Amino acid sequence: MSSHSIQIRINGRVHQATVESRLLLSDFLRDEAGYTGVHVGCEHGVCGACTVIVDGQAVRSCLMLAVQADGCSITTVEGLAAADGTLHPVQQALRDTHGLQCGFCTPGIVMTLAALREAQAAPSEERMLAALSGHLCRCTGYQGIRRAVRQLAGTPAESAHE
Amino acid sequence: MKPAAFDYYAPSSIEEACRLLSEAGGGATVLAGGQTLMPLLALRMSQPFIVVDITRIAALKTVTRGDGCTRIGPTLRQNELIAHAEIGRALPSLVTAARHVGHHQTRNRGTVGGSIALGEPAAELPATALALGASVELRSLRGTRRVPLQDFYFGPYATALEPDELLVGIEFPDWPAGTSWLFREIAQRPGDFALVGFSGAVTVQDGRISRAGLAWFGMGPTPIRARQAEAALLNQNPEQIDAQAIAQLAIADTAPFDDHHASAEYRRTVGRRLCAKLLSETLPARQAA
Ligand code: FES
Ligand code: FES
Repeated sequence: MSSHSIQIRINGRVHQATVESRLLLSDFLRDEAGYTGVHVGCEHGVCGACTVIVDGQAVRSCLMLAVQADGCSITTVEGLAAADGTLHPVQQALRDTHGLQCGFCTPGIVMTLAALREAQAAPSEERMLAALSGHLCRCTGYQGIRRAVRQLAGTPAESAHE
Repeated sequence: MKPAAFDYYAPSSIEEACRLLSEAGGGATVLAGGQTLMPLLALRMSQPFIVVDITRIAALKTVTRGDGCTRIGPTLRQNELIAHAEIGRALPSLVTAARHVGHHQTRNRGTVGGSIALGEPAAELPATALALGASVELRSLRGTRRVPLQDFYFGPYATALEPDELLVGIEFPDWPAGTSWLFREIAQRPGDFALVGFSGAVTVQDGRISRAGLAWFGMGPTPIRARQAEAALLNQNPEQIDAQAIAQLAIADTAPFDDHHASAEYRRTVGRRLCAKLLSETLPARQAA
């Protein structure tokens, strides 16, 4: 089994490490780099909890090898809020609308929505909802998350039950 | 769930990749976008000795147009395909198909060639490429060969690709002006594999159908061309087509199975309706009628 020396920029900081070829990026981010905001649910690409931003794109970090991220720039949920603690607009929207309960799925959802806003100043509600099909949430029933999306898109909230 | 140990190589040239595959004597697996391979590794359903990551080979990402075809490099990401204006103009149904592959996050990594080479029978891209008359270029140290997709798929995940061969390009012939594009799938949720799917292109010139390519996905052990329906469409006046009869012929070429998602009978029934509806909605002369 081969090992490789890699250099990855995570949340603006350069990390150097020697990794086994089979090490998943999700495990590298959590166990070696300490970014435990990267949640691993299914570990085989189904749930979306492990989503991070790699070179501007939302990807599932359990479906990448750490060695494949050599030379890449990665943002995890830890890298979103401002230094003074001001939340990223996506985080604020989820908080405002009760878009999370246990919070396990949340970092992945936040990263997908943050990546869309990075690529395009104001992604449409449809576009955000379509991208969220790649995330499973076992708590909220998704309605709070939908409200957060509506808030981000600037569409008026629907009825109170919604 | 952790992959078993393997050696990882990320060659920078096609030649180097082919040499690695040849030397591994069948013990190597090609890694492109990894959206299928990584789960297989994590579940240890696949335990290669060597993983050859081809995404650092610049020559495998290019898209070229000319000589009557569009040539797509295998490591073009599915979302890059969707955003590619030239492909969108030349092969609109391929872009529509790509929008149905997995989820936004997996399309950011997943590649066109990865899906074509895998040969999942219910996948959107293989059937669409088959309907459009695509062929694949396979390279090894032994040489290069071109295989039309209709000769490429043998069974679920079984293809003509030899262990020492690398898919280096997918070629789509140009379709002339006057082509209508057909694509629809029935799936339980967005991102799921299709229970039933149909994809195709039909060209009308001088009031007659001059060319037709139709294929099913999720309707048998491979993507399946609807050859009888294609033949029946040729030289017909599109206004006089009996969409129900054509759909019946199209279904005759399928071999659907029962599984826990749907019965074969359900697939046939839904497929027949879906095909008839697509034909009658899409052919331009009929819309005008
Ligand atoms: S942990 Fe990566 S998708 Fe579930
Ligand atoms: S908030 Fe608990 S899984 Fe989504």
